[in-house]
Amino acid sequence: MAEFLVSLLSLTFLSQVLRITMPFALAAMGGVVSERSGVINIALEGILLMSAFGAAVGAYDSDGSMFVALLYGIGAGVATAALYALAVVTFQADQIVSGVAINMLAYGVTPFLLKTFYNSSSNSPKFQGFGGKLFSNPVFWLALALVFIVHVVVTRTRWGLRVRAVGDNPNAAHTLGVSVNAIRWQAVLTSGALAGLGGCWLVLSGSSFGAEMSAGRGYIALAAVIMGSWRPVWACAASLLFGFAEAVVNNLQTYAIGIPNEITQTFQYVLTMVILAGFIGRSRAPADLGKPFSAN
Amino acid sequence: MKREALTIAFAMAVAVLAGSLLIWFTGKSPLEVYGLLLEKTWGSSYGIGQVLFKTTPLILTGLAVSVAFKVGLFNIGAEGQLAAGSFVTALCGAALPASLPGPIAVALCVLAGMLAGAGLAGLAGVLKTRYGAHEVINTIMLNFIVSAMLLWAGNAHFFVKYTTHTQTVSDNATLRDLGIKGSAANTSLLLAIGLAVAVAYFFSRTRRGFEWRAVGLNPRAAQNGGVLAGVVIGAMAVSGALAGAVGANSVLGYKHYYEQGIGSGAGFMGIAVALLGRNHPAGIVVAALLMGTLSHGGLGVAELVPKELVQILQAVIILTVAGTAAYRGRAVKKGKSAVPMKPLPDTGAQSSAAEREHG
Amino acid sequence: MPATGDQPALELRNISKTYGAVAANRQVSLKVERRSVHALVGENGAGKSTLMKIAYGDARADAGEIWIKGERIARHSVSQSIARGVGMVHQHFMLVGTLTVVENVVLGQEPRRSGLLDLKRAALEIRTLSQKFGLDIDPDARIEDLSVGQQQRVEIVKVLWRGCDVVILDEPTAVLTPAEVRDLFAVLRGLVKDGMTVVLITHKLDEVLALATRVTVMRRGERVAEYDAQGLTAETIVHAMVGRPVQQHFDKKAASVGEPRLEIRELHVTGARGIPAVRGVDLVVHAGEILGIAGVEGNGQTELVEAIVGLRGVDRGTVSIGGKPITSEPVAHRYRAGLGHVPEDRHDRALILDYSIQDNLILGQQRDFTGSFGVLDRGRVRQNAERLIREFDIRPPDPSHLVKSMSGGNQQKLVVARELSRRSLSVLICAQPTRGVDIGAIEAIHRRMIEARDRGLAVLLLSAELSELRSLSDRLAVLYKGQIVATLDRQELAADDVLDRIGAMMTGAWTGSTGGAVGSDVAKEARP
Repeated sequence: MAEFLVSLLSLTFLSQVLRITMPFALAAMGGVVSERSGVINIALEGILLMSAFGAAVGAYDSDGSMFVALLYGIGAGVATAALYALAVVTFQADQIVSGVAINMLAYGVTPFLLKTFYNSSSNSPKFQGFGGKLFSNPVFWLALALVFIVHVVVTRTRWGLRVRAVGDNPNAAHTLGVSVNAIRWQAVLTSGALAGLGGCWLVLSGSSFGAEMSAGRGYIALAAVIMGSWRPVWACAASLLFGFAEAVVNNLQTYAIGIPNEITQTFQYVLTMVILAGFIGRSRAPADLGKPFSAN
Repeated sequence: MKREALTIAFAMAVAVLAGSLLIWFTGKSPLEVYGLLLEKTWGSSYGIGQVLFKTTPLILTGLAVSVAFKVGLFNIGAEGQLAAGSFVTALCGAALPASLPGPIAVALCVLAGMLAGAGLAGLAGVLKTRYGAHEVINTIMLNFIVSAMLLWAGNAHFFVKYTTHTQTVSDNATLRDLGIKGSAANTSLLLAIGLAVAVAYFFSRTRRGFEWRAVGLNPRAAQNGGVLAGVVIGAMAVSGALAGAVGANSVLGYKHYYEQGIGSGAGFMGIAVALLGRNHPAGIVVAALLMGTLSHGGLGVAELVPKELVQILQAVIILTVAGTAAYRGRAVKKGKSAVPMKPLPDTGAQSSAAEREHG
Repeated sequence: MPATGDQPALELRNISKTYGAVAANRQVSLKVERRSVHALVGENGAGKSTLMKIAYGDARADAGEIWIKGERIARHSVSQSIARGVGMVHQHFMLVGTLTVVENVVLGQEPRRSGLLDLKRAALEIRTLSQKFGLDIDPDARIEDLSVGQQQRVEIVKVLWRGCDVVILDEPTAVLTPAEVRDLFAVLRGLVKDGMTVVLITHKLDEVLALATRVTVMRRGERVAEYDAQGLTAETIVHAMVGRPVQQHFDKKAASVGEPRLEIRELHVTGARGIPAVRGVDLVVHAGEILGIAGVEGNGQTELVEAIVGLRGVDRGTVSIGGKPITSEPVAHRYRAGLGHVPEDRHDRALILDYSIQDNLILGQQRDFTGSFGVLDRGRVRQNAERLIREFDIRPPDPSHLVKSMSGGNQQKLVVARELSRRSLSVLICAQPTRGVDIGAIEAIHRRMIEARDRGLAVLLLSAELSELRSLSDRLAVLYKGQIVATLDRQELAADDVLDRIGAMMTGAWTGSTGGAVGSDVAKEARP
């Protein structure tokens, strides 16, 4: 027990927390952008999974080129987001139902392709990932920079203003000549790219892709979005909480404290439920969140 | 009615098309695969029996999801609810004295399972009513939690040593099979259909059904009409109970014990069934049959094509139905409005925006 | 193509538009001259909003031509209008609550500097415009913190900032106090003096007469009359609007007032975002009287009604029906105690659009139609519907017809029918009962209310239409910022200048001393 507590104070633990937080934070930022424009993004889970798979394929096929891995991964993320946008923005299908469907699709497509490409039912072949580098990994610094970039874009650019307007009162934006659905498409694709990077990070931190490896992180990222009041920087801060929790859980399992692994597995999810109950009353969602827009 | 049938047909057509593309992608012939699928399902008595066996839980989860939908809620937790229900059903069956008359034993076990499901879903309902926490994320979280907890409970206490299943239930707590050529189809199918009839009657004829539907269509008008917020908890509980009854099929009617992973997938498939069946119990039975065919057929063609094809097709069906329903809804709104009035409130499947009102 | 100075600012030729089975506009032509205030008048459903939507580019006409400043517009759109200097101030404000005034004003044409938003320059421009036209707007304020009158002025600045010189206003005075209306009109006159053109869509005739230079009347989708404002009377306009002479004021007999039915004591209710909305209200409504409450939207009416009906919790104070306190009772209990409620927004609170007429007619009374085992008695539900459809002339007269395709007037008649037919009804709360309703239905509803009151019903009437309040109320209370600031009895209501007085009270400018508890003292005077 003492060893466990001491381990929490080490630099290794800190870098572990940062490493684990990354996919949460990126997905959460993606969630913020999409939801500020009025589109609920339950599909983050599916986007994370698909982009993780894409990155794995890219890394394996190119013998370890991070550039190719990121390209494939983010591409997969954006493609998944595009399908989601097509359903909910263009065809105005119910956002929650469609989001769940996209996630089911991802949970089906990834093992399907695993079997078709690699004849495996659970893991992709190994590749050379980040290899444990953190502070010397350029992608880490890119992701960090993104936190500030996203914040600036949302609050100080023209596009960001339009996104915020469209999420709170799309009719107002529409009467001023702003194309609501175009903005929403762009926001969803952006969230696909951000969450896509998150998925890349998730898989490249290891050395292979495992079936269902997103394990609910996409949903947890949504809780971070809510906790962060739909603000990019705050959502990232909230993600740190979840990253910290997961890192603690991992360490608990390593140090074999005596709590069964199955139970520690649940901590993340219980934490999410508790956070949701506590925070949802206090933060204000974009007023038009979840409603489709049609100009008549 | 005709429009609904068209939607179903269109969704199935799109699914068949998508499936063909995927099959072709793996280098196999779609015709060959579809042919084999039909042969393995409706081509033999055993196949039909297995399809019916797979259909039963889908009727139940389809009903579960649709009951929630009708009240404007999203129960994505049917997976966890049916697992918990099956687990409890099996424990109950093993614990009951063998002297108890069969029907009572079965009833108690099923009820226990339904209570477990109701408790889980009801919890999500309470969190929503008291804290405004959205039930989608909570029910999904509960899925993960339940799956881990059941594994732990099994390993720690209830599984038979060196296995991942519980003790066999006593003989009086079993359901007879339908005798379809050795298939697993059993009398729980009748239970499922009976529940479908009950749900249909509830919504169309009872006062509570009237109120529940009102909440789904316009919660503020329902509130003004004296309907209480507690409906949310009640509806989630009923939804969870329906999912929890799945244990009757796989546990009482087939394996006679709970095994890790039993019945999994039916919870998510229930969403496709509910949508395809247009949230109407009659449609749900038909849609369950279709999806049951797909499900068993997927196993039948597993040597040719990965069985996850079925999951992919489910998702395609859901997206297609959701997309066309919205499209049709808009067409109806534009055409039938007698006088251009100020924009109508969203009367379709409720999304979370209305629920995120913080007064 | 430069537009010459004497071309009409806006011209519509033979515009037709059909929505489904209804012809909203039938071959309508309209010419709006520059530097005029042109009023487009008609009752609800006449087609004026549709016409202006088409003129603004927000809807596409099925047939006809649109000319702006002498130039024909082939493919019209909102951006086209804005580019040509035509702007619209909508009835339901098109403002993003969480953003600031500047952000709302520049949306769609945001100025930029090195890639980022440059709001400082716009803020300066807004201040200049604001001063020039007397609009008094702070560019950095957040919209949701502004009053309704201020928000409307933001909408006007939005239009002016884009360089629009043709301003269309859709029912601009619906949410303003009489004083704010006067301010608005001063602003509009200033615009015209500066060379701009104003188009006013309204159904408020006294305002039309005060401001317009030219009046076009629409009825059932057609243009039926056009007048020069000089020497025009309200009666002429109304006659054109409905095609027949109309009784504007009721002759009703004096109230025979009975015992107190609804008593509200020291009520305090919190509204949205934790702001106190009702701050110490005392009211009593007696059997056989209509107590009117005047007040502009946003002064606590909504929260007051919600507290009485049970849709919102109360911080302090009591609500009693027939002497029995119901302050913390659930809604259903209050209905059983004798309450009835006609909500201010029927689509939001009163109706389930996907339900049929017969199902909506039992909403809120469903327990009265339930038999054993919780089963609804469909036979009785249908009979109930058939009876009420007949009595209240609800169209279409088919109990299974879905409410969503009914007109506003018929929907409102349904709601009134439902509430008036409640078993053991003793108190009726009526909020904005004739909003968005055509004149025929308005007359019917008013008649019903008076009949019910004559039979001994206690009615609490909240309305933004002062003329409605004046003709129906036996007593009138004025609600301002969550408090009753003044009350008027029947005699005072009959005075000629009463509307001005009420207007002053509605803005808190009243310094007289009839404020305080509206209740037992007055009732004692009324009883013989």
